[in-house]
Amino acid sequence: MLGYFVQRLAQAVVVVFAMSIIVFVGVYAIGNPIDVLIDPGATQEIRAKLIAQYGLDQPLWRQYLTFLVNVAQGDMGTSMVYNIPVVDLVFSRLPATLELVFVSVVIATGIGIPAGLYAGYRPDSYGAKAIMALSVLGFSVPTFWIGMLLIMTFAVNLGVLPSGGRGDLGTVLGIDTSLATLDGWSHVIMPALNLSLFKMGLMIRLTRAGMVEAMRTDYVKFARAQGLTDRQIVFSHVLRNISIPIVTVFGLELGSTLAFAVVTESVFTWPGVGKLIIDSILQLDRPVMVTYLVMVVILFVLINLTVDLVYARLDPRVRLKGGA
Amino acid sequence: MSAALDVRGLTTRFDTRKGPVTAVNDVSFSVQPGRIMGLVGESGSGKSVTGFSILGLIDAPGQITEGQVLVDGTDLRSLSPDALRRMRGKHVAMVFQDPMMTLNPVLRVGDQMAMAVRVHDRVSKSAAWDRARQALETVGIPAPAERLRAYPHQLSGGMRQRVAIATALLHRPSVIIADEPTTALDVSIQGQILAEVRRLADETDTAIVWVTHDLAVVSSLADDICVMYAGRIVESGSAEAVLSAPKHPYTRGLIDSVPARHAPGQPLPQIPGATPQLINLPQGCAFRPRCPRATDLCAMQPPQAGEAHFALCHHPLTGSQT
Amino acid sequence: MMPDVSIDHDTLSPDGATSTTASGAPVQTRAARLRAFWSDFCRAPVAVVSLIVIILLAVVSFGAPWVSPQDPYDMASLDWMDAFLKPGSVGAGGYTHWLGTDNVGRDMLSAIFYGLRTSFVIGLSAGVLALALGICVGLSAAYFGGRLESLLMRIIDLQLSMPAILLALVLVAMMGQGVGQIILALVVAQYAYFARTTHGAATVERGKDYIEAARSTPLPARRVVFRHLLPNVLPPLIVVATVQVASAIALEATLSFLGVGLPLTEPSLGSLISNGFKYIHTDRTWLSIYPGVFLMITVVAINLVGDQVRHVLDPRNQR
Repeated sequence: MLGYFVQRLAQAVVVVFAMSIIVFVGVYAIGNPIDVLIDPGATQEIRAKLIAQYGLDQPLWRQYLTFLVNVAQGDMGTSMVYNIPVVDLVFSRLPATLELVFVSVVIATGIGIPAGLYAGYRPDSYGAKAIMALSVLGFSVPTFWIGMLLIMTFAVNLGVLPSGGRGDLGTVLGIDTSLATLDGWSHVIMPALNLSLFKMGLMIRLTRAGMVEAMRTDYVKFARAQGLTDRQIVFSHVLRNISIPIVTVFGLELGSTLAFAVVTESVFTWPGVGKLIIDSILQLDRPVMVTYLVMVVILFVLINLTVDLVYARLDPRVRLKGGA
Repeated sequence: MSAALDVRGLTTRFDTRKGPVTAVNDVSFSVQPGRIMGLVGESGSGKSVTGFSILGLIDAPGQITEGQVLVDGTDLRSLSPDALRRMRGKHVAMVFQDPMMTLNPVLRVGDQMAMAVRVHDRVSKSAAWDRARQALETVGIPAPAERLRAYPHQLSGGMRQRVAIATALLHRPSVIIADEPTTALDVSIQGQILAEVRRLADETDTAIVWVTHDLAVVSSLADDICVMYAGRIVESGSAEAVLSAPKHPYTRGLIDSVPARHAPGQPLPQIPGATPQLINLPQGCAFRPRCPRATDLCAMQPPQAGEAHFALCHHPLTGSQT
Repeated sequence: MMPDVSIDHDTLSPDGATSTTASGAPVQTRAARLRAFWSDFCRAPVAVVSLIVIILLAVVSFGAPWVSPQDPYDMASLDWMDAFLKPGSVGAGGYTHWLGTDNVGRDMLSAIFYGLRTSFVIGLSAGVLALALGICVGLSAAYFGGRLESLLMRIIDLQLSMPAILLALVLVAMMGQGVGQIILALVVAQYAYFARTTHGAATVERGKDYIEAARSTPLPARRVVFRHLLPNVLPPLIVVATVQVASAIALEATLSFLGVGLPLTEPSLGSLISNGFKYIHTDRTWLSIYPGVFLMITVVAINLVGDQVRHVLDPRNQR
C-alpha cells in the first residue's frame, strides 16, 4: 500500500510539473497584456520601462525559470490589475468559493442520493419518472441559464432573495463565513442551488443506475430469499455496494464543481476565485491566470489521489490487492 | 406424516412483448420432511422458475397465476407480502446456483449471516454471530469464527456455497429450495457438498427440493424425482423407480444421454430436436415432435397426470422395454 | 424476480426477421436490425417528440435566411426606433416582432433562428471532429497497445478528470474569439470522451477471436481496424456523440455568456442570452428568456434522444 502511494505521489508531481509548463507557455502566448494595461497614449519610454518591470522582455524559458524560482519561494507573482501578490489575492477569494461549493455539494448529495435510490427502487413509478426527468434537466440545461431563471424568479419577480454578491460574514470557530449569518444564507442559497443542479442530476443517475443494477444481482435475491425487508436490503446491502462508484465520481466531480463555480459566480457576481479567473482572462492578468490554473491542476491531482485511497478503503477487494 | 412442502397446480406466467409465456404450468408435487426431491430438467424447462415461485420471488413481468404452495400446511400464496416475507428464511429457504454471486462482496460473511438471523429473531448482535458460527460448524466449515470475519472474496467457491447453505439453515426451515447449487463447483467439492446435504437432510428433517439438470447428481442424492419438460412435470416417482424404470420417453432419453452409462468410443444417444420455445408450444403433448413413440393422439390432446409413479404420456414405457 | 431470463430467451426470441444459424445464434440483416432499432426507439413517445423537435429546430435554423423576417447581420435593416419592442408589437418594418426586439432593434425571432444555426454548426462540427479525433486516438491506442497505449490513455485520463468547461475556457482565452477558435477549443476539450469510449469498446473487441482471425490473414492493419474493429465500437460512440453535441452547444453558449465566446455581431444563443442578461433587472426579460428557452429545448431534446438510443442499445434492455 505504501509503495503504491509513493508511486502515485511521484506520478502526481511529474504531472503537476508538466502541466505548469503547458499552462505557462499557453497563457503567455495570449495577446500582450501591456496593451491592455497601459494607456495607449503612453510614451515609448514608459512602455519599455513597464515591459522590463514585468520581465516581459525576457525570453519565455527565462521567464518560466524566474517563475519557478519565485514559486519555490512562495511567490506566484503580482496581479497586473490589482497590483497585489497573486497568492494573497487568490486566498482572499478562496473562502467564498469553498463556502459555495460546500453548500452546493451538500444540497446535491442530500437530495440526489435519496432521489436516485427511490428512482432505482421503483423504476416504473411516476415518482421515479419525474425524478429522472428532473435529472435530465439538471444535467443538460446550461447552468448559467438556470441561474438567470432563479434570479428572475426569486430576486426580480418575488423579491425574496438578493440577486448577487456575498452576504454579511460571521465568525464560527475562528473562520469568517457567510454561513454564520442569516443574510449570508440568503445570499448563498440561490447560487449554491444553481451550482448543485448539475451534480444532483449526476448523483441521481448514478445512484439509480447502481440501484437498478444491484437489485438484479444474486446477492439481493439471496437476501430476499432470507426474508430481509426491502429497507434492510437497500440500506445494508445495496447502499454499501453502490457507494463505491458514487464516492469515486463524487470526488472527481468535486473538482468540476469548482470549475462550474466559474459560471455560477459570474451569474451571481459571487466574489470567489471563479469570478476572479473570468475577470483576469478578460483583462489578460497573466499571473492570476497561471496561478489559478496551476492550483486547479494541483487540486485535480490531489482529488484523484484521494479518490484512489478512499476507493481502496471502501472496497475490500482493492484493499487485498494493495496488500494492506 | 404430513408433507413439509406441498405444491398444487402451481402456474407462473411471464408477460413478454411477444406474448404470455407459461414457464411453470400446473406443477404439483410434495416433499416429506427429511426427504430430498430432485427437480430435473433442461435449461428453460421451468425448474428454476418453479423454485422461485415457491418462495414467491417472481417479479414483473412474471406472476404466479394459479396454484397453492403449502409449507407446513400454510398456503404461502394466501399470505400478505409482509407475512410471506416472514416465512422466507424462517420456514422456507433457498440456495442459489452461483456461490460467487450470492454473497454481497462488500459485507463480511458474519454481518450478512447475522442480518439473516436478526430479521426473524430478536437477538443481540453477538448472539446472532454466535448462531452464524454454529451454522458454519454444522456444514463442516473449519475455523468458523475466522470465516465469519472474512469477506466473501477471501473464500473459495465451495466454501462460499457452504456459507450460503449455512445461511439457509440458520432458522432450521422446514423446506430448502436448492437451485443447482453445485453446478458451478469442481466435481470433488460437489461430492463433499452432496454428502453434507444428505447428512443434513437426515439429521435435521429438512425437506429439500434439489433443482438440477444433472441426473448423475440426482441419482446419488434424491429420494424422489420430478422431471420437468416445457413447464410441466412429465414424470415423477421415487428416484429408484424413475431411474431404473423410466416411463416417459423424455426421461428415458435423458438417462440414455448420461455419458457414464456408456462404453467409451460408442456414440452417445441423443434426444433428437431442440427444446421447444415456450411461447410457441406444439399442440397436444409438448414432447411430441421429439418423441419416437408419438402418434396422432399425442398431437390432439395433452396427456393427463396420474398417481404415484406417473408419466405425462399417452404411451408410457413399460418395464420390458428398458 | 425473473430467474433463468438469459436461458429462456433463446427459446423465446425468433420471429420473422430472424434466422438461426447452426450454432443457434440469431443472425439479422442490417436492414432488419435497423428496423428493430427504430421500433424499439419509438417505444418512448418522449424520445420521438424530441426527435421531431430537433428536426424542426434544424429546419428553421438552417433555413433561417428564408424563414426569419429579418436578417440580423444586415445593419441597414435595423432601426433604432425599434429597440426594446415588446413581443407581439409591430415595428417600422411593418411586420410583427413575435418575440420582441433587442437593444438595437433586432428582431429576436430572427436573431434566435440565426443564433440557433450558429449553435448547431458549432455543436455538430465540434461533435464530428471530436468523434473523428477520438476514434483515431482510441483505436490506435487499442490496436497498437504497448507504450503508445499507456501514454495516450494517461493523457486522456488526465484530461477527463478536468472539466471540459475549464479547458475550453482557457483555450478560447488563448486563441481569441471566433467560430473556428470555439470549435477547435471544444474539439480539444471533448475528444477525450470519444477516445476513452472507443478504447474501452475496442479493447473488449480486441480480445475476441474474430479480430485475431483477421489479424492472422495478410490484411493490412488499416483494413482490420476499419472493417472489423470500427463497426463494433460504433454503437456506444453514437450515444456519446449525441450527448457531446448537446454539451458542445451548451458549452458554446456558456463561453459566449461569459464573454469569451462569440461577439454579439455573430449571434449565437449564448451571446443573445448574455446580451439579455444585462437587462435582467428591468422588465425586458424577453431578451434573455426566449433565446434561453430555445437553447434549453435544443439541448434537452438532444439529450432525451441520446438517452433513448442508449436505452435501446443497452443489451440488458433487449428482451
